[in-house]
Amino acid sequence: MDTALLIEKLVLVVLLFLVSLGIAAYSTYFERKLAAWIQDRVGPDRAGPFGILQPIADGVKMFMKEDFTPKNADRWLFILGPGIAMFTALITSSIVPWGTDLYLFGRTIVLQVADFNIGILFVFGTISIGVYGIMIGGWASNNKYSLYGAIRASSQMISYELAMGISAITIIMMSGSLGLTDIVKSQHGMNWNIFYQPVCFLVFFICALAETNRAPFDLPECESELIGGYHTEYSSMKLGLFLFAEYVSMFVSSAIISILFFGGYNFPGMDHFSGNTLALLSVLVFFAKIFFFIFVIMWIRWTIPRFRFDQLMHLGWKVLIPIAIINLMLTGIVIAFHEGWFLN
Amino acid sequence: MESLTNRKRVVSDKPMTFLEKLYLPAIWGGMFITLKHIFKKNHTIKYPEEQRVFAPVYRGMHVLKRDEEGRENCTACGLCAVACPAEAITMVAEERKKGEEHLYREEKYAASYEINMLRCIFCGLCEEACPKEAVFLTDRIVPTEFDRNDFIYDKSVLVEPINDRIDITKRQNTGKRGVI
Repeated sequence: MDTALLIEKLVLVVLLFLVSLGIAAYSTYFERKLAAWIQDRVGPDRAGPFGILQPIADGVKMFMKEDFTPKNADRWLFILGPGIAMFTALITSSIVPWGTDLYLFGRTIVLQVADFNIGILFVFGTISIGVYGIMIGGWASNNKYSLYGAIRASSQMISYELAMGISAITIIMMSGSLGLTDIVKSQHGMNWNIFYQPVCFLVFFICALAETNRAPFDLPECESELIGGYHTEYSSMKLGLFLFAEYVSMFVSSAIISILFFGGYNFPGMDHFSGNTLALLSVLVFFAKIFFFIFVIMWIRWTIPRFRFDQLMHLGWKVLIPIAIINLMLTGIVIAFHEGWFLN
Repeated sequence: MESLTNRKRVVSDKPMTFLEKLYLPAIWGGMFITLKHIFKKNHTIKYPEEQRVFAPVYRGMHVLKRDEEGRENCTACGLCAVACPAEAITMVAEERKKGEEHLYREEKYAASYEINMLRCIFCGLCEEACPKEAVFLTDRIVPTEFDRNDFIYDKSVLVEPINDRIDITKRQNTGKRGVI
């Protein structure tokens, strides 16, 4: 491996880390602002102009708080929980293709940290590990509310990962590859998957909400019943990491949704540009799509009330999975027909 | 039963149609409503810079009034303490000595007069009970403190300064209590 590639990837990794954290920080600010606007309020406006420094103030506050560990908690697992949650949320962004190739210093720079040929599987793998953060955190707290939150999180993950996986398989069949780069490239221009697979998108989107523990599927925290659920016993920056991980994973899942259904960095009329202009434009377009989905996810949170747990299970197992399977089979038949299987 | 107002709504439990069972149209409808609210005007009063206009009958922090010559009106009769439903008022009575006529209006006065602002419910019954027009509620806000003991207000806080009289006419002249 040559040094230039190493430096290039390192710069990309650091940049990605900072961007993920920055966007997550300002998601918290924007979420509060949006909630305020929807409820005809003003929202945070004290720290800096328009409250723009609010995330920094929140971060400082989180650090200054007492870091409390309950007496009967499992000490190491208690620390491990938020770490896993944050780690898995951040690492998923490593396989996201952020834009077309950039040409700098006579080199072709791929705007992607690692192009796995099994990208989708990697995404699902890390997301499933992400629930361990919540489970371990809830278990180690030695508190019944936390344990309930952890149980809910795990059972919710299991039931929604299936429908999510099946709808992802549908997209994989469409593009013929597991790699995210290939999936994006197959949607060149305006040839987005959403126009072919609207039902699949709907299933995937609902499952993504459930996977990131966002409302209306935020049963693991569920302030009114479980007093914060899995992070009831957490305080200081450990709590901060849990809350932050949710926003990071919201950012990443918005990116994944854009890649799978809305063409990633593709945009109509992209053939008129080339080289670095195209690269910059594609990154901008991709981030615009991501921000749009972050907005939609927040918008849903402040519109729809939380599900009851049995309704959640009913929706997952009896509605989404059958729809996903039927959609998968229909897609398979259409693709087979298209390939000419039934002609001879 | 016969409806008199004609506003009665009959509740029906008819089975939901397919479109209703999908829930999606209803969810989109809800999201459209919240979207509309984003562009609506907010009604927030940004407190320290802006203050809500109090109603004229607002009942805030108490004042112990002096008369025109600057003598305290209170005679420590204890009627306010008896009237108080929250048991917030306490006082110690004292007899006026020779040479104190310029301080106290009558021959008995309150040596100490304390209101616990944490107990007070600002009902205004002390004001109604007072036969000497000594205690009144004003439109001032009780400030926040860090120590619970600091909420027990004594005479140094409650009695109005001679040179800086507290205006109580706004609340008193609402027409409900007759004009002073």
